[in-house]
Amino acid sequence: MGQKITIDPVTRVEGHGKVTIHLDNDGNIEQTRLHIVEFRGFERFVQGRPYWEAPVLVQRLCGICPVSHHLAAAKAMDVIVGAGTGDGLTPTGEKMRRLMHYGQVFQSHTLHFFHLASPDLLFGIDSDPLKRNIIGIAMENRELAVQAVMMRKYGQEVIKATAGKKIHGTGAIPGGINKHLSEEERDYLLNGEPMVNIDQIISWSQGALDFFHDYHQKNKEIIDRFIEFPSSYLSLVRKDGALDIYHGVLRAVDSKGKKILHDIDYHEYYRYIDEEVRSWSYMKFPYLKEYGRETGWYTVGPLARMNTADFIDTPLAQKELEIFKAYNNGKPSNKPMHMHWSRLIEILHCAEKMKELLNDPDVLEGELVVKGNKTDEGVGLVEAPRGTLFHHYKINEDDQIVMANLIVSTTNNNQPMNEAVNQVANKVMKGQPKITEGMMNAVEVAIRAYDPCLSCATHALGQMPLEITVLDSQNNIIDSKHS
Amino acid sequence: MNKVVKIDIDGLECIANSDQYIIEAARENGIYIPTLCNYPGVKPKGGCRICTVRVNGKQMTACTTPVSDGMRIENNTEELINLRKSIVELLLVEGNHFCPSCEKSGNCELQALAYRFGIMAPRFPYLFPVRKVDASHPKIIKDQNRCILCKRCIRAITDEKGRSVFAYRRRSSRVEVVVDSKLGKQLTDELAQKAMDVCPVGSILVKEKGFITPIGERKYDKNPIGSDIENITITKR
Repeated sequence: MGQKITIDPVTRVEGHGKVTIHLDNDGNIEQTRLHIVEFRGFERFVQGRPYWEAPVLVQRLCGICPVSHHLAAAKAMDVIVGAGTGDGLTPTGEKMRRLMHYGQVFQSHTLHFFHLASPDLLFGIDSDPLKRNIIGIAMENRELAVQAVMMRKYGQEVIKATAGKKIHGTGAIPGGINKHLSEEERDYLLNGEPMVNIDQIISWSQGALDFFHDYHQKNKEIIDRFIEFPSSYLSLVRKDGALDIYHGVLRAVDSKGKKILHDIDYHEYYRYIDEEVRSWSYMKFPYLKEYGRETGWYTVGPLARMNTADFIDTPLAQKELEIFKAYNNGKPSNKPMHMHWSRLIEILHCAEKMKELLNDPDVLEGELVVKGNKTDEGVGLVEAPRGTLFHHYKINEDDQIVMANLIVSTTNNNQPMNEAVNQVANKVMKGQPKITEGMMNAVEVAIRAYDPCLSCATHALGQMPLEITVLDSQNNIIDSKHS
Repeated sequence: MNKVVKIDIDGLECIANSDQYIIEAARENGIYIPTLCNYPGVKPKGGCRICTVRVNGKQMTACTTPVSDGMRIENNTEELINLRKSIVELLLVEGNHFCPSCEKSGNCELQALAYRFGIMAPRFPYLFPVRKVDASHPKIIKDQNRCILCKRCIRAITDEKGRSVFAYRRRSSRVEVVVDSKLGKQLTDELAQKAMDVCPVGSILVKEKGFITPIGERKYDKNPIGSDIENITITKR
């Protein structure tokens, strides 16, 4: 008799989801699915609201990376108020927003790597779940835990200085930003004591990579061989091919590195990307139209950005990218666990960028807002911590939003996450007489690599646990895991 | 004839002018009496009842009751604070007040009063009424979700002939404040801004100006509502 395994809820991710694994009579994996089981509907209830409210309203999708939604919506509204298509802001407007974004990606990546993912790496996938968490890390390695907390704090302080609040601020407005950085704020972020200063932050970021390299050297099985499958990769890149998480053109490469989306203007994303709805999940499945539903799916996020970018414009992160590229023989890495490696390179890049911007006089003074001829439609894209984030709005002649379409990072990663779950389930559960907690956590580790934000992806409400259930061919529950 | 009178507010002897309402006299004596419908320079209405005080033992609205010599006023009592808090809670549940995305947040008197009264969640069930946003005016938006029907705009925003640019429409629970279809066409930028400033909530919004004031510089970011009155140097008392 066949079986169905359900992991419900998945833990140490943002949001609520579950995994079902269907086994046939011989214990072979018939089908695996990552289900996103909540729905909130931001795209609908933003309708009727004045357009300048969108950056503040829509960021409430998430408490982890609200800045990404705030900025993507603000960029769309820049287009609507005629402030250009992402590169038309004043130097102060753009640099303050960038500073906010680097602070945001920095804190979110730090949270993910240290708080959510590192327990699996440090203690092992099948270690005692009571220890396999951030408290376990704090008990085992106090210094590392303090560092994680202080790094996250730094990113949050940068957000507060640029957006007014650590979570859900109001900094970005259509056409620019509503404040400068004060000299006190700048000095605090540059030289704050005892732990809040940018040089310490850069040093810790480099230290995190050194830690990873050491771990990688000793644990190639989990980092290199735990999951591997060919995927296409999509992200923004700067026009010259540099990594750019705030603005650029859309590029996609296939699993071997061939360009399949040639640095297009993202304002026309809908000509290249479509979304498929499947009955068993609230999360849609985006794909490149040219390649169709079956093969047009792609991965976004830190790994995609390392795979699409030609170089990084900050020296320390560039050095790390060179190591990354060399390790993968100059080809895209098709190993989802390299997502952690990529994330750490971005942490370092963000730290370097923050230092650059904090020393830039434009953040202290200059025009804040620019406006031009108004239009009725705008698209805004940023590279959120988890990947490419699309915001698309249309307004009526009375300035009210009449259409909103959001394709968030985790939605873009829907198919690859399902692929990863399928591969790991096949690897650890196939033909096993008993499904253990460690096996189920292995499935979660695969999902966790993507740092999914499930509530964000369905614009859904709630915490973010995920459940796994095993069912037989008669749909009887054989085993399940809840957090 | 205008003359100087002595009144007692919560045991404090105050000096006032006989042509003043209690709320004005209290303000000049550094005593804050909360209100939502009252606005300096605009004819009082006594609509919101938040300024209710006890005058010689009887409940009266401080914004419409003139002072008289020897008047004994109770203001800051547990009973009155609870009454005022209840009114704020009723206003919060009766409309759709979503502070997180409202551009008046930080400058909103209803929100500021909720903070002052320590309202974490209203004691009454939310009604979630279905209301419209009228964005058809070229200069302003009238968001009926947030209107508390205080009539401040009706009383304060007038044309050169003294005619109100805003008006009540419909009756009873369906009543709403709308822009007069004829006079509204002559609304200047200055009057539009004044209408937004006069509105104690986020119901009247000047178009395309939202969120221009950063967090930290908004009216109630640093000090609670009423503290400007409570902190003035008293010379009259």
